[in-house]
Amino acid sequence: MHPLYQILADAAGRDKVTPGEFIIAKVDLAEINDLYLQVIMSFKEMGGDKIWDSQKVTFVMDHYAPPPTIKAAENQTKMREFAKEQGIKYFFDINRGVCHQVMPEEGLVWPDMVLVATDSHTTTHGAFGAFSTGIGATDMAAVLLTGEIWFRVPEIIKIKIQGKIRKGVMAKDIILYIISQLGTDIALYKAVEYTGETVTDMSLDERLVLCNMAVEMGAKATYIKPDKKVWDYISLVNPQKIQECRPIKQINEKENEVYESVYNFDISNLEPQVALPYRVDNVVPVSQVAEEPINQALIGTCTGGRINDIKIAAQILKGRKIFSSVRLLIIPVSNKILEKCIELGYIQTLLNAGATLVTPSCGPCLGAHEGVLSSGESCISTSSRNFPGRMGSSEAKIFLSSPATAAASAIKGVITDPREFL
Amino acid sequence: MFKPIIEGKIFKVGDDIDTDQIYPGRYLYLTSPEEMAVHAMEDVIADFYKKIEGEDWIIAAGKNFGCGSSREHAPRALLYAGVKAIVAESFGRIFYRNALNVGLPAVKCSGIVKEVQQGSLIQINLKEGLIVLGTPEKTLSIEKFSPQLLAILKNEGLIPYMKKYGKYSHLKNI
Ligand code: SF4
Repeated sequence: MHPLYQILADAAGRDKVTPGEFIIAKVDLAEINDLYLQVIMSFKEMGGDKIWDSQKVTFVMDHYAPPPTIKAAENQTKMREFAKEQGIKYFFDINRGVCHQVMPEEGLVWPDMVLVATDSHTTTHGAFGAFSTGIGATDMAAVLLTGEIWFRVPEIIKIKIQGKIRKGVMAKDIILYIISQLGTDIALYKAVEYTGETVTDMSLDERLVLCNMAVEMGAKATYIKPDKKVWDYISLVNPQKIQECRPIKQINEKENEVYESVYNFDISNLEPQVALPYRVDNVVPVSQVAEEPINQALIGTCTGGRINDIKIAAQILKGRKIFSSVRLLIIPVSNKILEKCIELGYIQTLLNAGATLVTPSCGPCLGAHEGVLSSGESCISTSSRNFPGRMGSSEAKIFLSSPATAAASAIKGVITDPREFL
Repeated sequence: MFKPIIEGKIFKVGDDIDTDQIYPGRYLYLTSPEEMAVHAMEDVIADFYKKIEGEDWIIAAGKNFGCGSSREHAPRALLYAGVKAIVAESFGRIFYRNALNVGLPAVKCSGIVKEVQQGSLIQINLKEGLIVLGTPEKTLSIEKFSPQLLAILKNEGLIPYMKKYGKYSHLKNI
């Protein structure tokens, strides 16, 4: 049985589960972010009084960190009050960062768990071998009430990635390319497993990008078989879990009995990729959009704000200046990452180049605040989505790319192949 | 009250209408129904809530309706604006759950888009699993609901369901 099915079977108290069937699963961790006061409202409307387990719930104030409007501030106040009155153990305020980084950093993610969060990019945590998925506010309210959730057991798609990554190419380029080849609904109601030597060679941070963006293919969950890199990380952030997690079983069945379909990619010759407005699957090699003018570049968020992302941006911008009419936003994914980047000197380098530092948070990734776009503007961004209106005006254009491409573009004021600077 | 038969006029949209378009991110801090209704689909169709006022409308969409962000604001805004149901080739999975949870019927029907025109009449029969179209008259079948989903739908959403049962209790028998 596939490890994802093992997780679901255990959570449902069964020996096995089969794709397509409906189960009620026990939840190991439920995360709620600050967009979702509705969770508390729905919980109360359900007649909820005490939540099922105050040790298994976490609140992260990340989307409106710090709050841009009175209403957003009031929502956060109500969430703080609720968390306090319920004795919720893990409350992360506006000084911690984006939930998908904060949860692993705090040791709240481990292989073989069931994690639900009020954010679609919760597919991220398949990189640790967890079954993790995004849900809405009322679904979450029912989790707070019962500790359980219903799932349709997903079919699993295997995506095998082979080949050595070329210089100047990053995980973001690979996933944009894969999405462009497979489309935005290939994995609808399904899970995606990533395998292959490229994935094995990747750092954990790079794998998080692959898993995060799988939701742009419709995926419900993702999976990468936990290896030494995962266990080393867990032993740093939550050593106790090493003993508690059950060993990952080998898959003994034949490939075609486990996977609904298998897709193979060889990325040896892949060049940097850019998603054009307004679809994540509308992807071309950078050479085809080079010279497209931009007004803003965003390097950061949960798909481009980790150490290596900021590092490569600093490398490219070291001793250089951003183009006179361009704004460059740097948004480290968490405060811990920000501290590390300060320590390593990357932030100083970027500020010297003319960058604007934004609070570790979602920032303008969802058009809420801190760098939204006016109509007619263009932005190159390492964030996850380029839908109309995603970062402000629906008449602004968003191009998605890797941190390297965004940094190079900030220097020239037009979309630029980062290999020019590496 | 749960209505097994829903009738209305078609509001037709395309493929991959994401939740940012259904309910823009800049209004996510709103929680009151009146305030949210005004912004439903506003970046796609200006004054959508006014355009559907006074009549029963059903959205007919292509594939992957409601993909993207998990915001429950999206189906809520459509519901508050007065949309009666959504029929689509397929849905973003979180949107699909959210819609049923808030009591907005979301129905999967392959081939729907090419069969309907803006403003044409549609009848969704949840009991029989059928869609009947007006002119020309035609019948299509819809994807069956699982017992769990049907129970949520019949109770007009997960809130009344949980209020009544206090837990999930309709997995096998309904
Ligand atoms: S950074 Fe963007 S994609 Fe990531 S959780 Fe925040 S809004 Fe979502």
